[in-house]
Formats: sequence, structure tokens, C-alpha cells
Amino acid sequence: MTTAQAASGGRAWRLPWLRSDHFTGLALVSPTFLYAIALLAMPLLAVVMFSFWTQDYLQIDRTFTLANYEEAWSEPIYQLLMVRSLAIAGVTTVLTILLAYPIAYFVAFHVQQRKALWIFLITIPFWTSYLLRVFLWKVILGYNGVLNSTLEWLGLIKQPLTFILYNANAVVITLAHAWAPFAILPIYVALERIDRSLLEAAKDLGDGPFRRFWRVTLPLSMGGVVAAFLIVFIPTIGDYVTPRLVGGTDGLMIANMIQAQFSKANNKPLGAALAISAMLIVTSIALLIFWLNRRFTPGQR
Amino acid sequence: MSNARTPNWLVLYAIGYLIFLYAPVLLLPIFAFNDSAIVNFPLRGFTTQWFEGLWATDALHSAVRNSLFVALTTCVISTVLGVCAARASTRYQFPAKRGIMGLIMVPLVLPEIIVAVSLLVVLIQLGLDLSLWSVVLGHVLICVPFSIAVLASAFRNFDRSLEEASLDLGVGRVATFFKITLPLVAPGIISSLLITFTISLDEFIIAFFLTGTDATLPVYIWSQLRFTAKLPGVMALGTILLAVSLLLLILAEWFRRWSAKRSGADVESSAGGLF
Amino acid sequence: MSASGQSSEAQDRPIIELREVKKQFGPVQVLTGITADIRRGEFFSLLGPSGCGKTTLLRLIGGFDEPTSGSIAIDGRPMAGVPANHRPTNMVFQSYAIFPHFNVSENVGYGLRSQRIERGELERRVAESLSMVGLEGLGARAAHELSGGQRQRVALARALIMRPKVLLLDEPLSALDKKLRQQMEVELRQLQRAVGITFILVTHDQEEALIMSDRIAVMADGNIEQLASPQELYSRPVSRRVAAFIGVMNFFDAQVLAEQSEGITLEVAAFGKVEVPRAQIPGKMNGSRATVGVRPEMLTLLFDESDVAERELVGEVVDVVYYGDMTYYDVRLPGVEKPATISMRNTAGRRVLSSGDKARVGWGAESIVVLE
Repeated sequence: MTTAQAASGGRAWRLPWLRSDHFTGLALVSPTFLYAIALLAMPLLAVVMFSFWTQDYLQIDRTFTLANYEEAWSEPIYQLLMVRSLAIAGVTTVLTILLAYPIAYFVAFHVQQRKALWIFLITIPFWTSYLLRVFLWKVILGYNGVLNSTLEWLGLIKQPLTFILYNANAVVITLAHAWAPFAILPIYVALERIDRSLLEAAKDLGDGPFRRFWRVTLPLSMGGVVAAFLIVFIPTIGDYVTPRLVGGTDGLMIANMIQAQFSKANNKPLGAALAISAMLIVTSIALLIFWLNRRFTPGQR
Repeated sequence: MSNARTPNWLVLYAIGYLIFLYAPVLLLPIFAFNDSAIVNFPLRGFTTQWFEGLWATDALHSAVRNSLFVALTTCVISTVLGVCAARASTRYQFPAKRGIMGLIMVPLVLPEIIVAVSLLVVLIQLGLDLSLWSVVLGHVLICVPFSIAVLASAFRNFDRSLEEASLDLGVGRVATFFKITLPLVAPGIISSLLITFTISLDEFIIAFFLTGTDATLPVYIWSQLRFTAKLPGVMALGTILLAVSLLLLILAEWFRRWSAKRSGADVESSAGGLF
Repeated sequence: MSASGQSSEAQDRPIIELREVKKQFGPVQVLTGITADIRRGEFFSLLGPSGCGKTTLLRLIGGFDEPTSGSIAIDGRPMAGVPANHRPTNMVFQSYAIFPHFNVSENVGYGLRSQRIERGELERRVAESLSMVGLEGLGARAAHELSGGQRQRVALARALIMRPKVLLLDEPLSALDKKLRQQMEVELRQLQRAVGITFILVTHDQEEALIMSDRIAVMADGNIEQLASPQELYSRPVSRRVAAFIGVMNFFDAQVLAEQSEGITLEVAAFGKVEVPRAQIPGKMNGSRATVGVRPEMLTLLFDESDVAERELVGEVVDVVYYGDMTYYDVRLPGVEKPATISMRNTAGRRVLSSGDKARVGWGAESIVVLE
């Protein structure tokens, strides 16, 4: 008998249920879970409740009503904002992914030695303040901004370009820049995971580089693309800062309206109804994408 | 994959893309030292007056203090909650696990404005004052999923039989956690602290909605953006933030490499970070 | 309780007693009721294909999991509710589980360090352990600088330094290449004899089990099919499954013609009528059909006129495989669809047949074992 066992006297657990995996697991996760319940689930429920009430100046009237939702869904201004938000988010996401894919591909397949360095370089710009980056795009795209003054100085244009700022285009460009690494990383990880011998097998069976990409690489990286889509699309719809700074009046999005209801317009229940409606729409789209992906890529995680 | 040649267009694209990524950011130091109150080309000369101006601004000082307070508190709380949840999720099976973890991770896919709005509603209803603590509450909510993502990856890479071996050699569960698990997971913990700190430092909209009279740094910056006269000062501030973030990032990366080497893991393979 | 004070009775008592040990994971019954005794000081193997429950059983003995029902006793002490760190066992894990943030000495001394042993004594014992496994002088090496074989030895040293009553080994050689594995098979055997404690080894490699073990428990589907010495398992398997798992076996269908107390009479395909004594029927007989097994080395090829055997058949060579010291022939026998494998030692001057040749096959009744 080793010294350890002799010293402990062979003490045994007498309460097996205390050792069970289930209990320990639940106990461990409970602080975080309770925090999420208290500060996420409950508040979301509160917002839902709020959306069914009405506000008169500073008084909240608690009678149940669907008036806010009626207003949110039927007033043209809100419909416009919602559709525009979806459109901007959609275009931004697609653009971001199209721009991100080649660089992710480049680092995954054409960088042998210093992948970590490349990833590092790609992520550095995004550790600056988001506010400042958006603001810098305003500086770049402005009437007297960097882009215009450079183009004029180079003699490429006579008059400053006006279509690049204070509209939806500016929002798209800025957001595509802001969300780039969130698109690059999941795609990169998915590409890295592809077994290289699959590509060699395809080559061996006669496929040229483009066909190999189309038939092997692209389908196998779809998981990463879908992840990138969701990671970019969902927060983009709810973005406040970018439309506010560079969107002008034509580029405002739903989050700006929600914020207005909570401050200047002083109609918090309407703001809540708008927020819930936006969330519902976004969630359904996300679930749709998720389901589509599941359905059309069998045999993958 | 053996590469006889990398297509030229791809290399050009990569370089062009990097320029696109860095372009706005590089403007910061350029205009921070530019001797002009207007931010455009051509440059007019070198000056450090904007930095000196920052030093004299009291509002900025208190904004920095507030941000540091919020970020430090947030990173500690998020990491503690993250360690518990990540450990539970990677090691144990328990009822409703999917639902519980799903709820905890939901902030990753929620627009921040929703989080801000819902917390605001609750705080109003409860009649509580808005303060830096309300900001901390919101920040922890969105930082915990990141913390869990980093730590779950660290726990997963951690060979379970190491803990069993320690147990087998006579060391009790608690001692095993401190002798074996914690040291090997420490890099993940440091990573989580750094990431959540940075997220909190930079976060705007929740802070905007939930802070009372104390501004955090992003809220302060926002208030300055209306005034064109203040632009160069903002540039100077941005340059400082950039330098600090870079420093933190380099530290984090160096640390990741050092600990990967120490535990024998492959340095390149953990490059994806969160994912 | 010191070993010198034990009576001979206590010495004879098995070190591990398993009684109806069952283990269920959710709906899956992994172990269906294991009852066995493991003797003091023996090299015992649990052998079986993946999924048969052998690793689960090892972990139950080690205390990393509790049986759903049944009992495990180590040295007479029931182990119900006793966790791994309080059991007189130590385990060498399949992945070796070398602590990456400690060097070799720190790894080996890990278990002792938590016992508050005086430093000089600790260092002495670590050095002793290291030399026992052939790693003397490597104490300062970092974990990630070790080769696969070295890691395995560190895992061994780390477990043995704790002086357990039973050493558990979970497929310790599966990660090593063939040459190294063969070397370690011999070394492990010698180590066990030198140290004198009970080793319980889990493996799916029958060659490993045969070489190292005193006794082997062949497992399948959560049950022990047969528990016996390597010789007995090889020459007297109780079932077709055990026979097929260990070595190569030729199977022939047979019809039971008559049954007596001393033996049975069979009509075996290709071989004809045979009388088989009880000793060659290790398994249970059911009904009038049976399967007969013959090892390849129990059949022989007769080349010269003067070569004789108890009985003789004529067959046709279908395939020849040269293997260095042996040649394996696949010979089609009359009345049997699948060719039989016959192995012949490549002694000096022995003729070698080729595909298509006619072959005279010799056999004797004692080469047969009756299964099922």
C-alpha cells in the first residue's frame, strides 16, 4: 500500500449523487446562466412587454395594445427603414464575403511559413476604436476629404465626387471594411481544415485548378462562408454608428430610428416594438440560411 | 498543397486588400501630426500641438479613467463567468445543456442595440440610476460569449487524461485543478482577459445608452465628432489608442506563441484565435 | 499491512476479484456481467476488438468510473465508491498523459511530491525509477522533446514509482512503430518480472498479448469469451470467435455422427471420419453440426514418397506467400470451398511448390480442435 492511501485511510465518497456529472455541470454553469437569465432573458421579456404598452409624454400606459406593432409594420417610414436596413446588410455581407474569400484563400493555401503573422496583420486594424474607423471613412469619402483631394491632385477628376458620402453607398463601404476580419477568419479556418489530399486526389483524377476549386474547395468551405454570413449580417442590420456618421438621410437604418424613439421622440414602447420586429425578421432570415445550409451540405458538421 | 506558383493576381489582390484594410487606420498618425485644422491632403507640416491639447483636457482624462474602470471590471467578471461555463460545457453533460449554452452565447448574434435597449428598459422599470455599473453589466453580457469561445477551445485542446493521470497519482481534484488544469489553461485565460478588455474599451452603443453622467472613452469621442475644430485632436487621440491597442495585441500574440511552445502545441495551428 | 506478514492463504487470494461487473452508458450495455479473478503477480491481458469493453473494464478497476452493478475488490477490499486517487492502482494512459509543463523528473516525481517526501529521498527514487525504464540521465529533458518511446517510458516510470499493487496499461504500445513495439513487448515483460507486481494490459493486438501475458481474457461484446493461458487459448479455443481472433485458423464444417463419454465421432468435410477425444473439445457442443478448427502449422505438405502422416489428402495449390522464415500455401482441398492455409518452415533443402501444383497434405486427428 502506498503512503498516500495509508494516510487517507481509504476515505470513500458516501454520496454518489454529489459526484454525478450532471450536478457538477449544472453547478458550474449556473453563475453564468443565471447572469444571462437576469440580464438578457428577463430584459428581453421586459422589452416584449414594453412593446405592448403606450407612452404619453412621460407616462407609461400599461394597457395591452397592439398599436405599436401596427404602427411599426404599416407606417411607410418604418417599412422603408426596415427594407433599407435589410438591403444594406445584405449587400454589405455579400460584398464583405466576396472581398474576404480571396484573402482567406491566399493565406490558407499560398502562405506556407507565416500564417499566424498574416492573420495578425489582418486583424490589427480592427483593434482600433470602431467609432474612429467609421469616422475616418467619413474623412476619406468627404467632399473635401482624402479621396477627393487626392484624385483632384492627381488630375483624375475636376469636381469632387458626391455620390460616395452621406448615402447608403458610404454605409456599405464602411461596413464592408469594418466587418472584414469577421468574414475572413471563419472562411480561413474552414479552408485550413480542408484535407489537402482531397485536392491532390482531384488533381490526380484530371481536374484543373479552377475545377478543383469549384468542385472541392468551395463546397467544403461553405460552412465557413455561412458562418461568415451570419456573423456579418446580423450585427450589421442593427448598426447605429455607421449610418449616423456617413449615411446622411438616405443611409439611415432601423437602429437609428430605435434610438430616436428612446430619446428625442420619446416613444419607448414604439422603439421596443421596432426592436422586437427587427429581431424577429433577422432571426427568421438567420434560421432560413442555417436550414438551407444544413439541407444542401450533407455529410458535414 | 504543393504550389508551383502563386497566381500573380492573387498576390496583387492580397496586397491591395491590405492597403484597403490599413488605409483609414494609417490616416490617424498622419493627420495627428499634421499642422492643419482641416483634415485633408496636402499635408501642411509637422506639429505636436494636438497631442498637447489632449493632455490638457480634463474631460478626456475622466473618460479614460471611466473606460479603464469599466474595461477592467468587465474583463475580470467575464473571464470568471467564462471559465465556469466553458469548463461545464466541455467537461460535463447536464440536462438542457444546449438550451443553457445557447442562451449564454446568444449575445454573439444579437445586434448590440437590442442588448442596450433591453437593459435600458429594465433599469428604467426598476427605477435604478444609470451609471458606469450599468455599462459593466451590459459589457459583461456581450463579452462572456467571447470568453467562453476562447476558453472552450483551450479546455478542448487540453488532454483529459492529464487530469485523470494526476488523480491516479494520488492528487485530489482541487489540487489537480491548480497544479495541472489551471497552468495549462492559463494562456486561454490571459487571452480571454485581453480580448474582453479590448472589447469593453472599444464598445460604444451599450455605453452610449446605459451610462449616466460618466462618459467612457468612445462616448467622449462621439461627443467630439460634431465639432470640426476638434477633429485633429480626435486624430491624436485615435493615434494613441491605436498605439495602445497594437501594444496589447503584440503582447497577446507573443504570449500565445510562448505558451504554445511551452506546452508543445503547434504555434501556427492556433493562429485562428477565437475560432 | 506488509507483504512479509501475510499468510500463504492471503498470498493465494486473487489480487483482483470481479463479480458480475456490469456497465451501462445510457441505453448501451458496454459490459454485460464480468466475473473473473486476477492472480497476484501475474501479467494479465484484456484482449479484444475495439468496442468490446476492455478499456471500460480497465477504467472501472482503476477507479475512473463506477460499475452500474456488480463488485470489484482489490486485495480483498471492496472498491465501491473509492475514487482513483485512493486505489492501490496506477495507470499508464493510452496517450501517455505526460504533463507538458513539467520536465521528465518533475513528471516522474509528480505523485510523490504531493506526499511530502523529503527532497533527497524523492530525488533518489526518481533516479531509481528512471533507470528502471532505461531513461537514466534524461531527468532534465522537457516533455515536448521526447520521442514516442521515451514518453511511454516516462509514463511507466511515473506510475511505477508509486509502488502500486496493480499496474494498469491502456494500449501502451499502439502508438509505437513495429520495431519499437516488438522491443517494448520484451522489455515490459522483463520489467514486470523484475518488479513483481500485477500488470493488467488492454490491447487489441493478439501478438502483444500472446508474447507478454501469463493469462489472457479474450473479450467480445462486453463479455469474457475465454480466460486462459496463451498456449491454451491458441490450441484449445472454446469458440470460433476466439479461435479466429488469435492467430490464423482453418475452419471446416462437420457433422456429429455419434457421441460418447470419451469423445465424439465426426464426419469432417474433406477429412472424412474422425474420432475426437474430449480434451480436444474445449467449447460447448450444440446439436448435430459442429465447426472444426485446424491451425496452419498442424497441416503439413508431404513432398517425398517417404513422407508419411496419419492421414493424407490430395489438394491443389492456389496461392503461395513467402514470408522469410515461413511459406504460406493456400491449398484447395476436395469438398471444401475455401482453400486451407498451410504453413511450412523454410528449412534448408525443402522444396517449394507453386500455384497450380498438386499437393499431398498430411494431418493427424490430434491436430483438430472442435468448436461449437
